[in-house]
Amino acid sequence: MTRHVVAPVSEFPPGTRRCVVLEGRRIALFNVGGRYFGLLDRCPHQGGPLSEGVLTGLVEAGTPGDYSFSRPGEILRCPWHGWEFDLATGRSRFDPRRHRTRAFRVTAEPAGDLRAETVPVRVEEDHVVVET
Amino acid sequence: MTALPPGAIDCDLHPAPPSVSALLPYLEPHWADAAGHRGLHELETIAWPPNAPLSCRPDWRDGDRRPGSDPERLIGDAVEGFGTRYAILNCLYGAPMLYSEDMAAGFCRALNDWLRAEWLDRDPRLRASILVPPHAPELAAEEIERMAEDRRFVQVLLPVMGETPPGRRVNWPAYAAAERAGLPVAFHAGSAYRHPPTPVGWPSYLAEDYAAQATAFQSALTSLVAEGVFQKFPDLTVVFAESGVAWLPAHLWRLAKYWRGLRMEMPWVDRSPEEIVRERVRFTIQPFDAPEEPDAVARLFDHLGSDDLLLFATDYPHWQFDGMGALPEGLPADLVQRIAVDNPLSTYPRLEEGEP
Ligand code: FES
Repeated sequence: MTRHVVAPVSEFPPGTRRCVVLEGRRIALFNVGGRYFGLLDRCPHQGGPLSEGVLTGLVEAGTPGDYSFSRPGEILRCPWHGWEFDLATGRSRFDPRRHRTRAFRVTAEPAGDLRAETVPVRVEEDHVVVET
Repeated sequence: MTALPPGAIDCDLHPAPPSVSALLPYLEPHWADAAGHRGLHELETIAWPPNAPLSCRPDWRDGDRRPGSDPERLIGDAVEGFGTRYAILNCLYGAPMLYSEDMAAGFCRALNDWLRAEWLDRDPRLRASILVPPHAPELAAEEIERMAEDRRFVQVLLPVMGETPPGRRVNWPAYAAAERAGLPVAFHAGSAYRHPPTPVGWPSYLAEDYAAQATAFQSALTSLVAEGVFQKFPDLTVVFAESGVAWLPAHLWRLAKYWRGLRMEMPWVDRSPEEIVRERVRFTIQPFDAPEEPDAVARLFDHLGSDDLLLFATDYPHWQFDGMGALPEGLPADLVQRIAVDNPLSTYPRLEEGEP
C-alpha cells in the first residue's frame, strides 16, 4: 500500500471533485459533504470517465410508486450510459458483484505523519491522502 | 417429428361460438333483448378473418362453419389427435372488446357460462380461460371472482393490445383479482383495436397485422416490467399466448441494457428484466418462428436461457404447422417433457387438482 498526499484539505472543499494520476492510473476524487471518496476514473462498461459523472443519491422502491431517496451525493452516474456506482465501494447498482470499478481509500490526515510527494505538505493543516 | 410425452397439456386452443345467437341463452335478459333490438351482428375481431388460411388449418376446416365452433371436432382433431391430457381453451371471440364496459362485461359473462356449459361440461380434459372486459378492470375483477370458483377455469385471458399499456395501474384490479384466485393472466395475440396494431400506423395487409403482434408483445412485456406489475403482484404468473418466442432474447438484451442505465426511473425493478421475465412469464410455443434447422433452434434455446419458459400448444385451429409437428425438430427429450408437461403443470396449479 502506498499513501499519496494529493492536496491540503483547504484546497479540496466539500462539493468539489478532482482527478489525479497516481502510479499511472487516473483516479477520480470527490468530497461529498466533508467525506472523501476515490474511484478509478474508468467505467467498467466501456471506459467512460467517471470523474465527469453526475452525483446523485440512491433511489429505491419496495413497491411501485413508493420512492425512497437516501445517501445523497454518494451515487455516481457514468456520463456515458448512466450506470450507477456506489462511491464508497465502486460497485455498480445493477450488478454489484460482477460490475464494479476500483474504489480507493481517501482520508484527511494531519501533516505531521506525511512525507511530501507531488504536493508540498504544510505543517499547519490536514492533507487529503489516497491509498493505492 | 418430435413426439409428445404422455400427459402433454395443450395450453392454447380456440373455441368459438358458432354465431352470436348461440350466446342468447346465456345472456342476461337485458343484453339478450338488446342484442335482438339492435340487430347485433357477429362480434368477430378482424384479427382472424374466418376465411384466412391462418385462421384454420385446411384439414381442420368444416365447410362454412366458423373454425373452432364444433366441440366434437376440436376434441377429435386436437385433444384426441395429439393425445393431450388437458386442453386449455382460449376463446378469441371479439365480444370482450365491445366499447361499452357494461355490454362487454355482460357478453363476457355469457361467454364464460357458454364455455362452461357447452365445452367444459362435455369433456373432462377441457379447461378454459376466463374472458373479461380488458378496458374495465373493476368489472374484470368481479368476473374473475365469479368464475374462479369453478376450478376448471385456469387463467384469465386478455388481448395483448387493450386500451392502455398493460402495466399501467388502471389495469391492476384485474391482476389483483387473478393473483388472489391463484390464476395466471394470459395476454393473447389480438387487439381491441383502440389504436393501430403497429407502432407506425394502420397496416394494409393481414400479414402485417399478424407479424406486428410480436412488437405488441414486446411493448406489453416492457410495460409489465417497467410499471412494476411483477413486484406489486409477487404471486402472479403472466402467460404470453400465440406470442411467438424467437423475438424474446433480442428484446430482453435491449430492455436489460437500458434498464442498467435508467433503472433509477423505475426503482421497483430491482433486478434485471431478464431475470424477472425468466421467473414470471411463460410463452405458448406456437407460432414458433425459428428456422427449421435443429442448430438454429438449439441456439435460440440457448439464448432463451431457461428451459422453464415454454408451454406446449397447438394453437388449434390456427394453421401454424402441418400434421403432428407442433414441436420444433431436434429438441432433447427432457426439454420436450418440460415444455409439454412440467412447465404447464407449474404454470397452472389448478391442473394438478385433476378432475374436479
Ligand atoms: S461507459 Fe460507463 S456506463 Fe457505459
